[in-house]
Amino acid sequence: MIDVKDILIRFEDHVVLSGVSLHVPKGSAVVILGRSGVGKSVLLKSIVGLLTPEKGSIRVMGQEVIGMKPAQLNKLRKHFGYVFQYAALFDSMTVRENLEFPLRRHAALSEEEITARVEEQLKLVDLLDAIDKMPSELSGGMKKRIGLARAIITRPDIVFYDEPTAGLDPVTAREISKLIHELEGRFGTTSVTVTHDLECARIVATRICILHDRRIVEEGTFDEMLRSEYPLTRAFFQPEIA
Amino acid sequence: MNGHSRGIDQFSAGMRKGFEDVYDLSVFTLRFFTSVFKAPFELGEVRKHLDDLGAKSLPLVSMVGFIMGLILAMQTRPTLDRFGAGSYLPAMIALSIVRELGPVITALIVAGRVSSGIAAEVGSMRVTEQIDALEVNGVDPYKYLVVTRVVACTIMMPLITAYVDFLAILGGYVAETITYTSSFQLYFTDVINSLTFFDIIPGVAKTAVFGFIIGIIGSYKGFTADSGTRGVGRAATAAVVYASLHIIFVDMILVRLTLYIFG
Ligand SMILES: Nc1ncnc2c1ncn2[C@@H]1O[C@H](COP(=O)(O)OP(=O)(O)O)[C@@H](O)[C@H]1O
Ligand SMILES: [Mg+2]
Repeated sequence: MIDVKDILIRFEDHVVLSGVSLHVPKGSAVVILGRSGVGKSVLLKSIVGLLTPEKGSIRVMGQEVIGMKPAQLNKLRKHFGYVFQYAALFDSMTVRENLEFPLRRHAALSEEEITARVEEQLKLVDLLDAIDKMPSELSGGMKKRIGLARAIITRPDIVFYDEPTAGLDPVTAREISKLIHELEGRFGTTSVTVTHDLECARIVATRICILHDRRIVEEGTFDEMLRSEYPLTRAFFQPEIA
Repeated sequence: MNGHSRGIDQFSAGMRKGFEDVYDLSVFTLRFFTSVFKAPFELGEVRKHLDDLGAKSLPLVSMVGFIMGLILAMQTRPTLDRFGAGSYLPAMIALSIVRELGPVITALIVAGRVSSGIAAEVGSMRVTEQIDALEVNGVDPYKYLVVTRVVACTIMMPLITAYVDFLAILGGYVAETITYTSSFQLYFTDVINSLTFFDIIPGVAKTAVFGFIIGIIGSYKGFTADSGTRGVGRAATAAVVYASLHIIFVDMILVRLTLYIFG
């Protein structure tokens, strides 16, 4: 589904990613673990074409993203959902308008279908009461859930989650992780999640990659990671030892 | 490295940064002309911004416009009287307001109010990733955020200025009636007789250019805002400074140009 090969990304002299390769099979849930500032968001953004690597190749659903024409990229993006780190709700719109936005842009639905879909989606994240609120009236956790609802409202084939649980209390964080896992099961989506939250990784991942020092240093299942000898992986998975 | 060459280094770095900025702003501006005629036109957004712009600027420009006319009349009256030209006052007010003061002062005030507002709005959308969110939803953020705002500013400025011109001339009349008994009809007949087509058209037309500057510079500063809330604040301030400077500078060129064309 997604094939990243040997990409190089830098901002002026600051090399953020170098030689990163990543394979995400259809239907899998890959979690990329890494400390903050290693370039997790940068990696996700380059996969959806928001950032352009200097070198390498990114193929999504069989098409090369790097150098793709805007019109074609937009077509490809209809298959994506993206949950931003801080939700990125449009703050001039109500919750309802936020959810309607992707539907109006990407899908050809009637007004009734749009309303029905919006309400269904809000029920899913348990926030139907908030439908007419503005984003500024919501708590961080609520925004995150709305952001998630907006990302998956078009039933995308691939969903990208940028730190879906960061900054939430442990209970809400676990609920969100479970929700993500549930959605994968229900709609059979492929997903890429970046996080530094181990519990989120445990609940969501079919496969885990460790991003450290500009590249992916280790890859495997959760259980394999538990037995890893790599220092950073141990620091993540066996905090009492490190 | 000695202090002298460090100074030169800093200077040349500053120059390079300045040139880069000019280049980036030019590219950003040119993009407007390549996108504005391409569908989708996002007319809903344009209308929203027109409303917003009017609501934001009208209270302030109304007051300033009226008082500006008042002051102008009070200041001009003694001077004109000294030369025995007191009867030219309505013409004098009308010409200075319509040709120069109305457009420039309105533009500077709207720049302060609207350019900074646009920079702050767009800038906070940048730092909170809302611009990225637009893009992954298949929307060209430049068209959706920038083109709509610039179009709204360009349409709105001539309207606001025409209204300010009227209020300022009215202010001039009020100042006159306080000290002299002057007839409303006489004053406005004088005003209308003194103004020609060639005073009004360039005066109003250049405000569209000022509106364009206000919109494009506000958007540019917002679009390129650094992350963090400090970045947004800086973008807003920089927008006002740059927009005001550009307005004055472009005005100078346009005045020269209109004098050349219309004499
Ligand atoms: N637009 C940008 N311009 C310059 N540097 C950037 C930009 N985006 C990210 N970076 C840098 O890239 C590095 C990785 O950032 P990011 O991907 O946000 O980290 P994280 O893993 O916490 O998500 C950071 O050092 C950041 O400063
Ligand atoms: Mg991040």
